[in-house]
Parts: sequence; structure tokens; C-alpha cells
Amino acid sequence: MKPPGFTYHRPQTVEEALDVLAEVGPEGKVIAGGQSLVPMMNMRLAAPQHLVDINHLPDLGFVQVEGQDDGRSGVRVGATARHADVERDHDAGRAVPLLQQALACVAHPTIRNRGTTVGSLVHADPAGELTAVLALLGGSVELRSTRGTRTVPATEFFVGLLESCVEPDELATSALFPVPVPRTGSSWVEVARRNGDYALCGVGALVTIDDDRRVRAARTAYVSVGPTPVVLDVTDELDAAPLHTADWATVGRWAAEQLTPGDDIHATAHYRKHLAAVLTERALREAAGRAERGESAESAEQIDGATRARRVS
Amino acid sequence: MTTRTVGEPIPRAEDPRLLTGEGRYVDDIGGDALEVAFVRSPHAHARIVDIDVMDALDVDGLVAIYTYEDLRDRMAEPLPILIPHPGLTHGRTPYVLAKDEVNHVGEPVVMVVATDRYVAEDVCDRIAVEYDPLPPVVGIEAARSAALLVHDDVPDNVSAHLVQESGDAPSAIAQAPNVLELDLEIERSASTPLEGRGVHARWDPDDRSLRVYTSTQASTSVRAAVAAKLELPADRVEVIAPDVGGGFGVKIVHPWPEEVLVPMAAIRLGRAVKWTEDRREHFVSSAHERGQFQHVRVGFDDDGRLHGLDVTVWHDNGAYTPYGIIVPIITTTQLLGPYKPGAYRAEFFSLYTNTLTVTPYRGAGRPQGCFAMERTMDAIAEHLGLDRVTVRERNFIQPGEMPYDHGLTFQDGRPLIYDSGDYPATLEKLKKLIGWDEFAEYRAAARAEGRRVGIGIACYVEGTGVGPYEGGFVKVETDGTVVVATGLTTQGQGHQTVFAQVVADELGVPVDRVVVTTGDTRRFGYAVGTFASRAAVMSGNAVALAARQVKEKALRVAGEALEADPRDLELADGEVRVKGVPGASVPLSTVAVLSNPLRYAFDDEAKRATQFAGPSDPEKPPVAEGDEPGLEATGYYSPPRSTFANGMHAAIVETDPDTAEISILRYCVVHDCGTLINPRIVEGQIHGGVAQGVGGALYERMVYDDAGQLLNASFMDFLMPYSTEVPMIETDHLQTPSPLNPLGIKGAGEAGVIPGAAVLASAIEDAEGIRISRMPISPSELHDLRREGHGAADEAP
Repeated sequence: MKPPGFTYHRPQTVEEALDVLAEVGPEGKVIAGGQSLVPMMNMRLAAPQHLVDINHLPDLGFVQVEGQDDGRSGVRVGATARHADVERDHDAGRAVPLLQQALACVAHPTIRNRGTTVGSLVHADPAGELTAVLALLGGSVELRSTRGTRTVPATEFFVGLLESCVEPDELATSALFPVPVPRTGSSWVEVARRNGDYALCGVGALVTIDDDRRVRAARTAYVSVGPTPVVLDVTDELDAAPLHTADWATVGRWAAEQLTPGDDIHATAHYRKHLAAVLTERALREAAGRAERGESAESAEQIDGATRARRVS
Repeated sequence: MTTRTVGEPIPRAEDPRLLTGEGRYVDDIGGDALEVAFVRSPHAHARIVDIDVMDALDVDGLVAIYTYEDLRDRMAEPLPILIPHPGLTHGRTPYVLAKDEVNHVGEPVVMVVATDRYVAEDVCDRIAVEYDPLPPVVGIEAARSAALLVHDDVPDNVSAHLVQESGDAPSAIAQAPNVLELDLEIERSASTPLEGRGVHARWDPDDRSLRVYTSTQASTSVRAAVAAKLELPADRVEVIAPDVGGGFGVKIVHPWPEEVLVPMAAIRLGRAVKWTEDRREHFVSSAHERGQFQHVRVGFDDDGRLHGLDVTVWHDNGAYTPYGIIVPIITTTQLLGPYKPGAYRAEFFSLYTNTLTVTPYRGAGRPQGCFAMERTMDAIAEHLGLDRVTVRERNFIQPGEMPYDHGLTFQDGRPLIYDSGDYPATLEKLKKLIGWDEFAEYRAAARAEGRRVGIGIACYVEGTGVGPYEGGFVKVETDGTVVVATGLTTQGQGHQTVFAQVVADELGVPVDRVVVTTGDTRRFGYAVGTFASRAAVMSGNAVALAARQVKEKALRVAGEALEADPRDLELADGEVRVKGVPGASVPLSTVAVLSNPLRYAFDDEAKRATQFAGPSDPEKPPVAEGDEPGLEATGYYSPPRSTFANGMHAAIVETDPDTAEISILRYCVVHDCGTLINPRIVEGQIHGGVAQGVGGALYERMVYDDAGQLLNASFMDFLMPYSTEVPMIETDHLQTPSPLNPLGIKGAGEAGVIPGAAVLASAIEDAEGIRISRMPISPSELHDLRREGHGAADEAP
């Protein structure tokens, strides 16, 4: 379990990193936290000839809440910000509570201390919680190369199993997790074999309520049930039901029927589907409860501007 | 008086060193050694057609490549069957590098030596081995059907078939008022120590001697095996087990191919050579255990008393049988636990499969046996509508029946005779500890909250401290330090602490003045090894016997110095004192000086021992006839037969009515391993064992596909429980001394793991109302059982 030889690059600026990536092309691979890449290299499942280490690039370790052109706010996470940085960022937690709800389920603290949020999106593991969080929130990833900059929405970002749309010469510089509309509660629930393992099924939920405490909108997102995260809009299934009579269980069963999980050594497809139903119910119920109690996302304006942007070292 | 330390939970002497990163493992030794990597078979069953190394020869840093063709003499012969047995009629062992055929994924085919492991793996990638794949035999069902054979010359894939009988079980069952049959299954797991195997060898061309460091449980036997394989005089080979990062059984096997190949390369190349097993290699090239199918027929009366028990076991021994048939022998003898089976018949078939070899893993066949017996006890209770503990109580061997002879032959070839134990008292303690009689109330309260809970129990008896012998060496240095050596090895058990406690008490010295060395053939050459929960029993008693000899000599020498009768002397606080006469004493260090008359005064202590230092009788030789210089002795302990520890576990589990997740709410252990040397260490052993038991019950399995590929050969997919999966463990002890040895102790190393699968199956069955006959069990599998409608899953919880 030793990797084959490779050339190690340690660029000092983003521009320098983009030049290296353009030069080495498909033989290159970006390393940030290395929590997935290094084991794959040690097992010789991945053998990049050039490793481009972005840990020394300045100004990519940020976690900040920012306003958007469309008037909505979002949490923007830089390429070298660790999961732990996002998890512990107070403002990010207020703006998008779902981030921290899901991050608590990402592996173990030691892995969250090293692994990066953006890296986990680029890695596009079908069990990676953040892929579903980005998809559920309708977020996006910013990609830069010597050819220019583009912003890819989550719907187009995840292409397949362990495959995102990042081109070999591109660097994912940040990801944006939009703040949900007001009166939206969120939840992340999952079942894993052991504490911190990949979920057998993980479900995120957003429930928005109106002034009459009826469900105005509800969406769910899933990991470990397909090659890419799946988002379902369950608003119609709930049919503007009042919170206390909403039939979450029926919606859960309906949602599970939309999914086609596979078998693996840890769980059958049938069990995963069953979990999807149970966990959808639990996630929706919890998200609705939070919406009702006002434990919902806050916009950038609501968060004290003085602490809004902060560079996390 | 020096405080006695035996029986006290003193902290482990080795912990500060190990916990601060000061441990010294094989891979820490000799950083400039050449490094080895292996090309291993990617096929479960194949003929080797060709090995082409041409593409690898120009890799910078390559030193040597070895295939079977490069082996000579005894190295070209198959490895030994370590424990032959008349029942093992078709034992087969591998060559150190595959010759013509491979029989499991991971079997070594080519050895590469290079300047470092990175280069060695690059070379491996460029060696092309052409295989002609053969259809593999995977799993017990395939082995039993014998449609395909693992070894062409082994009919029906049966390496061994053994029957043991006590009485006429089939007719006892036929005449019994009630008869039940059970089909049971336990899946494979493995030792998976944190440190894998590793070997470091150096050849001294001037001295023509070989030094080998290896991560082993049996250094003296590795030494004999290496000397035999490489045809070296044994006194030119020294083998040292440095700090070993866990063994759990897998490191008792020897010699591993790597243990003789690495020294061979060191001799041929005249350089230090080392190999450090990586985790992926460990999963496919070390050993597994546990996999068995079992069929139980039991006859019993309306009170639940056993009249006859007839058990057939199909044991998956993997591709080879280097360690003989110890595991199924232990399963079929130890499954009896604390019970009188009436008439008993046990039959096993040990079967070849094209999967990794099976050798003992902590518990060594006992967890499977305990599972069979305890599932049977629960089935009887259910059949008769009796409390599960009542059925057990009624079948217990009673204290007054000890020693109890089962009329069978144990794994050491000796009669299976329990020496002591108080099973009813153990059960009483356990019932109190877990609150067995109050559980119904708890269950009712939980049900009212929509929760589903269950309680389980499992009992075991463990034969420990098997012979043939161990030895101990004890020496008092002239500075008062007591050095102790024993030949068996240490893998983290705390031997440095417990052997020091035993010797400190015998010699009346503070425990921190005693320094213990284990597993180093330079220090003690006669030994068997650390396995079968035997170290404390065997070496503990051996060092005690050696220390008693030292004490006797110290009293004699001190008696002369103090002009006192040795019978009036005592050892305490590092001194020899005249009882009842304050001030009349001599330090033990001085006694050590006096015991070794010297000519040369190389330091102040030596000066006191030279010829002119004090008065001596000119008519007597300085060392009396029959005496020896020095305050030291060697002692050996060899037991007539094994001593039998016992214990009982109870657990309360909760199963999620929706997700089928299984949580352990409480886990209670009552344990009797005779006299406790160090309760803290015994509890630590129990905790570690329970953790592995939980792993085997709820998480760990070896997932082979039909092609014989191990699908979960990493810690990502082989689910060893984390600390978050291991419950709080509540323990209580009984101390029923063994009458077989001077210290009255029994082994404790394996106990914790034995009833894990049995007790959790019992508790899950109780929670769910679903018959559990196969372990481990995952939430996905429990979900499947619920769907099959076996039980109360649809009851409103």
C-alpha cells in the first residue's frame, strides 16, 4: 500500500496552480485534504503522475456568509476550508443549519479536521453527505482554469459515480450553499453501520411553512441510493397539509418508491429503500418541527455584518 | 513488610512507554534494511503457467526477485503441519512461494527485495504472472457438496473427520421426552491486530549467525523453524519478539512464508532485509477464523434437563491446515460449557475451501461452540416455556461434582476434566448484576414508550493454561534490581506487570525493582508461546517457582552472613531480616554480591566480593560443591492438564422497530479465572474480548464472492467496532482457585470474546421474537428476518 511515484507541485498562487493544471492536464490531480485521494493512491487505485497541492494557496480557506445578486444569501466555502471549519463556523450555522446537521455525520472528527468540503463535492462520492446538501439547497460550485471561470449548479455538477464535471485543468475554488427561504426548517438523518461510516441511506429535508402553519414547500435529498445525489420535491405529496396532520409516513413511502438503490455487502436494496421511507418521514417531521419553532435559516442581513466574512486559517 | 501486590489493581508498567510512542515494533527496527514486497495471487484457484520478470529488471532500486525456482532444499518443501493429529488424514500446507498452483487470493508467488517498499511495489506491478484459472470452492456449502475440489488428492474436500463420544447420545435422544434440532451458522472474522505481521532479519557473516525480529506469539518456535528450514545450527539463530501490536491468535502460526523467506534473503544478500505487512495483505494473506455450520440434535426431559446431545460441525479450514485441527476440536469439546450433556456425541468435518487459511483467533473455536450450546439452551427454554436461566441452572455441573470428567479428549491430548468452578454462584451474581428478575418490568415500561428491548444470557467454560510447559529465570543483580525472563511472548497483555507482581511478592522487593523480558531467545531459550490464555498460568507459575529457589538461596547466603538460621529469616523491603530482631538485616543486593565471589574489583560492589574482602574459611572452596555463583534460578512449570476458567455474560439490547438498528443498552460480565494477579489487567482483557465479541456478533464478517475474492479487505468495509460501538461493560468476579498450580490461577485472555455472538443472539431473539440462528446479524438482515415474518415484528411495540 505505497503509491507509485509522482511529481509533487506546491503552487503559491491560484494563478500558478491553474498554470500547472493546464500544463499537466489529465495526468494531474488536485490534493487538498487527501482523505479520499491518498488511500486510493496507496491502494494504487489512482495513480496521478502530478499532484497539485493547493494547501498553500492563500485566501481559499474561507467560510463566509454573503449576499447574492438575486437577493438571497449563501454560505460560500473556499477550496481549502476543512469540514471542521464549516462545522464550527457560527455564522454559517445560523445561515444554513443543514450544513452543520449534515457535517456531524461526515466521518469522524479527525477526518473532518483534514478533509475539505469542496474536495468532498469534487470527489462526488455517492455517500458523501455534502453532495446531497448542495443539491438540496440548489447550490453551485465555482470552477477556475486558465480558460476562465464558470459557476456550475449542483444539478449539473454531479455527473456519475465518483465523477463531477470538473475538467482536468480546472480548480474548484469555492462552493455556494444558498440560504433557504424564510420559515424553512431543515434536517439531516442517516443510518450507518458504525458511527461515522458511510450512510446506508442518508436523507436531508427542507420544509417551508406558511403563516397558517401549513406546508408551503418541502424537498428531500438522498445519498447512498444511487450514483449521484437524488432530490425529490414532495410539496405536492403534502398538499399544503397543516403541520400537525401531515402524513409524513405516506410521503416517506412515496419518496422511497421514486428511488432505485442497489445492493452491496452492507445492505440490500430493499432495506435501503425501507430506510429511505423511514428516514424521509423522520427528516421531514424534524425539519417541519424546526420550521415551526423558528429554528430556521437566517439571511446575511440578519447576521451581524461585522462577523460576516472571516478567513479561516 | 513490603505490601503484597498480587491481587492489587496496580497500573501497567508498560503503559507509559507504549502510550507515549516509545514502543519498539518490528517496523521501527533497522531503518536501513532492504524492503520486501510480494506478488500475491489475484485468483482463488489457478495454475501458474509462467512468471515473466523481464519488464521489472530495469527498475531502479531493485535488488532481487525470488520465485519458487530459486528455493533450495528444505525451503523448497511445503511448510510443516505444526500440530499433527491422527484425525487430520489429509493435511495440506503451502509452499513458501507458490509452486505450480495457488489456492487462495493472496497466496505469495514472487518475493521482491528492493531499496524500499515503494520500489518493491513498483517492481511487483511490472512482474507478469500468467495463470490458468481453475474453478474455486468458496463457502461451506460448496465445500460440502464436493462438486469441485480444492486439492485434487483430497476426496470430498475433507481434511479431517473426527468423532468423539461419551455415552450413547443417539439412543439417549431417541428415548428422551423432547427432541429439538437446530441448524446454526457463524461467519468468518479475523484477529486483525493493529500491527500486522512483520519480519526483520540480519545475517552476521563473521559470526555466521542470524538475528530475526518478528511480530510473533512464539519466538522460540520460530527460531527452531527458521533454523530447520534454512538448515542452520539452532545456536546460530536468535529470534526476538519486540513490542508486538496485538496478536489475538494469528501470530501463533509459524513459520509464516515470510518468516523464512526474509531471513533467506538476508543470508543470500548479506544485508539486513525486512518486510512489514500492510493491511490489505493482512486481510488476504494471514488467517481468518470462525466460519462453521452446525447441526444440533438434543433430547431433554420436561424439566429441561439434557439427556443427550449430538452435534455435527462443518468447519471451513480454508486452503491449508498449517495449524492442524485445533479449532474444531476446541469447538466440539468446549461447547459443553458449564453443563452436563447427558450422553454426548460430537462429529466434525474440517473442509477445504479456496479462501484464506483458518487458524485460531481469540476464543479459538469456543465462540462457535458457545453459540451452539447457548442457542440450544434458549430453544429448550422456549419449547418448554421455562425461564432461560432456569434451564441453564438445571443442567449445571455442581461445585461438589468437581473435578468433573467429561470423558472426552481436549485439544492438548489430555482428558477433558474441569478442575474447579462454582457455576450456580456465578449465575446468581450475574442475575443480580443485570437485574434479570426485574427485566419484565423494564420491558413493559419500554413497550409503553414504543421501544423494543430484549435480554440475553450466555455461559461458557474455557480450558486455559495448556501445557506442555513454560520456564522462568529470576536473578537478583548486585544493585538490587531483579531481572526476570520468560520465553513466551507479549502482545500487550501486561506481562511485564503481572510477572513482576508475582516475583516481587515472592522476594519481598518493591514491584518497580523487577524488570521482565519476554519472547527473546537470547534471554530464555525454552518456551512454547502465548496462546490459549496460558501465559499467566504457565509463566506466572514458572517465575514464581524460580523466585522461590532464589529466595531459598538468598536466605542461605544471608544466614551465613548474619550468622542466623535461614528458618529465622524473612525477605521484605529488599532486605533479608532476622525475624523479630530490628536492625539485624542485610540488603538483598549485598546477598547478590556475596553469592558471587570475585577476583577482579571492577567497581565498588565487586570490590566487596573479592577474595580479600572479608573472612572466609580457607578450607572450603569459594563456591561450595553443588552450589553455583550468583543469586539466580530457573524454574519450570508443567501442568498435568488444562485449568478451566468460566464466566457468564448478559446483555440488554434495543432494536429499532423501524430501521432494525441494534443497540446494546447494557453488557454485564461475571468472570471466574481463579486467583486474580491484577484485577485491572483482567478487566482490561475482558473489555477487549467483549469488544471483539460485539464485533463478531454485529459487525465483522469476511465477504467472499463466488470467485473467491474478498470484497471487504480494508478497514473501510470490514467493520471492526469503534469505541462508539462497544458498550459500557459492567464486571464482577468470582475467585475459585485452580487446584492444579501453585498460584491457583486460571487464564483470562480469551474469555471476554467467547459468549459475544451467543449472548447478543439471545437478546435480539428476545427483543424480536424471531429465531436467530445465524451470526453476525446486521440491521439489513434483521429487516429481512422481519419481512420473512418469523416473529413479533408486526406486533405493535
